[in-house]
Amino acid sequence: MSEQVQHGEHEHHIVSPKVYVIVFFALLVGTAATVWASYVDLGLWNPIIALAIACTKATLVVLFFMHVKYSTKLTKLTVAAGIFMFLTLVSMTLADYISRAWGNW
Amino acid sequence: MPDSTQIAHGASADAHSEHPPYLRHHFESTEQQADAAGFAMWLFLLTEVMFFGGLFTAYLIYRNWYYPAFVAASHQLNVFWGTLNTVVLISSSFTMAMGVWCAETRRKSGLVLCLILTFIMGLGFLGIKSIEYREKIEKHHVPGFHYSMQSFLDPASDPEVFKEYHDKPLAPDMAVHTELYFSLYFLMTGMHALHMIIGIGILGFMIYRAQVGAYTSGHTTFVMNFGLYWHFVGIIWIYLFALLYLISRHQ
Amino acid sequence: MSATIVSLPDQSSARIPKVNYITKENGILSWLLTGDHKRIAILYLISLSFFFFIGGALAGLIRLELLTPQTDLMATDTYNKVFTMHGVIMIFFFLVPSVPATLGNFLIPLMIGAKDLALPKINLLSWYLYMAGGILAIYTMATGGVDTGWTFTTPLSTHYVNTNVLTTGLAAFIAGFSSIFTGLNFIVTIHKMRAPGMTWFRLPLFVWAHYAASILMVLATPVVAIAIVLIALERTIGIGVFDPTKGGDPLLFQHLFWFYSHPAVYIMILPGMGVISETISTFSRKRVFGYTAVAFSSVAIAIFGFFVWAHHMFIMGISNYAVLVFSLLTMLVAVPSAIKIFNWTFTLYKGSITFETPMLYTFGFMGLFTIGGLTGVFLGTSGTDIHLTETYFIVAHFHFVMVGGMLMAFLAGIHFWWPKMTGRMYPEKISQLAAVITFIGFNFTFFPQFILGTLGMPRRYASYPPEFQILNVFSTAGATILGVGYLLPVLYLTWSLKYGAIAGNNPWQATGLEWQTQSPPLTENFVVMPIMDHEAYDYEWLERQKEIEVTHAG
Repeated sequence: MSEQVQHGEHEHHIVSPKVYVIVFFALLVGTAATVWASYVDLGLWNPIIALAIACTKATLVVLFFMHVKYSTKLTKLTVAAGIFMFLTLVSMTLADYISRAWGNW
Repeated sequence: MPDSTQIAHGASADAHSEHPPYLRHHFESTEQQADAAGFAMWLFLLTEVMFFGGLFTAYLIYRNWYYPAFVAASHQLNVFWGTLNTVVLISSSFTMAMGVWCAETRRKSGLVLCLILTFIMGLGFLGIKSIEYREKIEKHHVPGFHYSMQSFLDPASDPEVFKEYHDKPLAPDMAVHTELYFSLYFLMTGMHALHMIIGIGILGFMIYRAQVGAYTSGHTTFVMNFGLYWHFVGIIWIYLFALLYLISRHQ
Repeated sequence: MSATIVSLPDQSSARIPKVNYITKENGILSWLLTGDHKRIAILYLISLSFFFFIGGALAGLIRLELLTPQTDLMATDTYNKVFTMHGVIMIFFFLVPSVPATLGNFLIPLMIGAKDLALPKINLLSWYLYMAGGILAIYTMATGGVDTGWTFTTPLSTHYVNTNVLTTGLAAFIAGFSSIFTGLNFIVTIHKMRAPGMTWFRLPLFVWAHYAASILMVLATPVVAIAIVLIALERTIGIGVFDPTKGGDPLLFQHLFWFYSHPAVYIMILPGMGVISETISTFSRKRVFGYTAVAFSSVAIAIFGFFVWAHHMFIMGISNYAVLVFSLLTMLVAVPSAIKIFNWTFTLYKGSITFETPMLYTFGFMGLFTIGGLTGVFLGTSGTDIHLTETYFIVAHFHFVMVGGMLMAFLAGIHFWWPKMTGRMYPEKISQLAAVITFIGFNFTFFPQFILGTLGMPRRYASYPPEFQILNVFSTAGATILGVGYLLPVLYLTWSLKYGAIAGNNPWQATGLEWQTQSPPLTENFVVMPIMDHEAYDYEWLERQKEIEVTHAG
């Protein structure tokens, strides 16, 4: 495992299993939380909480299971670009639907 | 003939005298190759994000347009199976991450074990999914195949769900839209399941290759990049679970 | 037109280098199973030309029908199929892959000092996917075609036609993956495989343009893929996502479709703009004015291009606020394109301009793309768009930018890099003639269509009011001239493969790493990895190289 460190970018940071175990349990807790929350009437907050928990879980998977926390700036930028593009698609399409004077929104 | 470019004893050439068999000739070093492969995998995942993005867009629109229908229809989904599937997938992500660690630390048998566990859990997920799908088929909740909105016009006719949620009957013009919910349900979970099937297939291949030590002698690229794919498929499920199963379970 | 910068080696002693990427291996399998980006580029070039002429033949049929006001050459349904297939083939199987898959594939590794693209097998897969999609499209045509227009608007395409929507959709779906893999390959290559010293701001602008187009390919194409899947399911099972009777919204398809198809036009034009940067610099003997501005404007076009798609939907039923927002954003996206035109123009100023064939096409591009782009502003203004949309004004607009712009840039690039790809020069006089014929034919074909559109002639109609006939006759006459202009290059370029002058390494005296290697290049591009120690478009550096060669010859 004593590979030479080359010039330029590299990441030989090997994420320790401890981190994985912690994240694993966090994800399980999140799952329990989101199921529990769906049985409680929180009105407008229900979908917000559900999405917030889902986003937190996704963030944990991306950062730790997928090593993005330990990755190059390029990788982080790539992930950000993907999220940004996804949000653009969803939000700008929804903006049309939300602002229609007719229809079912 | 004079070459107008300088002779390059490229900076990397001195420090790296090895030329492992898996180093492709257009790359200068294994680092560059691994770097490029990982980056390519991330870009591919971006395309997958945008692919599913269209489905999420459709879902968000119709859930807002037909909220009562979506709530009622989502009660047809079994929270127990859905939660179990979520736990199975999260666990398989954990074993996959551990598998990558084993590859990086050259633990061959550990890697094989982790891959096998991931494989089994993937199959488990699909098994549970097929139980759920079977139930939908039996209840005629598959769009386009004798779809029936009876359970929503008259919730009492579906005692299993009724005793948990006591849904009010939907008006026919709202009940019609439950078919849209199920279209999106099958589309999104089906597309996700397709990705799972492909992943499981590749896992099978990887288990065989891992057994012969292909990934534990310094060349971990394939396992790492597959891990990225597998985690991504898990993330999609995290959102599907929250959006499809947990719209509103309170009375 | 007497001055020329062409500098060919002494023809009596010059030879094509014995070892090059063409002669390296023989046999059809060595081409069909190659990983060499240059061979794949040639495979693309041949198949692209084939699809272009099929699309062109369909265009010919359209113009023939429109010679007379009545629907007399073919039935209306047939006409619908003809213009649909013309659009599908020209867009998905010619314009989108044209420059990236041929010139981009061939040149990007050479320009950045790499031995190949990052993923050669994926590159080959791209070509096979392209061929599969293309053959499927031809099969669709042969078995009855599709008549929905290339835009597959719902609910027509899902509920009201009996034609081959599914197979055409599948063909486009497959071609989309070809495009995605090409873009993915380019992005990885440009990020990870630049030679030492080749910093981002020393890259040729051709590479920047392809980088921007590749971002669009990777991020936008999957959305049209899912749109096609949804159409297929709507048609077969009736899932209801686009069906008003089941609560679906047909407009959702258009949102998903145009989310790709607007960036698609930038996928098509950006690589062409990359070509123009190269040719305008070479034939003015001057570095591109405002390199940074041109580089950033390529990326800006790509990014802004994602935010404007609904300007294709102004009259379709989106909300008034959406119309307002998308119209404003469309004004924004015109700015980076204009920046490029300004910078290219300033490149010409005080340059030593010569009029070789690539430069003729480049001038054609500058004028025609400007006109096409400006008319795009009229269309982006929602008020005028309401009058002009679905008329021939739109048809003229996109043909000006795509044919007058993109196709001219493609031809400029093919001629410019022909000596590098083949080792041979094409015959100059006839090629200049072809360029002029193309320009004349183009204007005759498409300028009358602006007038027709303003007067109210609708698009996608086989018949029209008789008072529009004279302009339509002009247009068809122009199309005939245009056809000649496009046929000529096929003839003389093929001729040049055997009889053209030997080109040598750098017949244009251009900067750029690709010109420092032999023509045709070696399979591995460079014997030793080049080190980039000068800026892009550094003509002084080139002069110093020539001095070295002169003083070191023999």
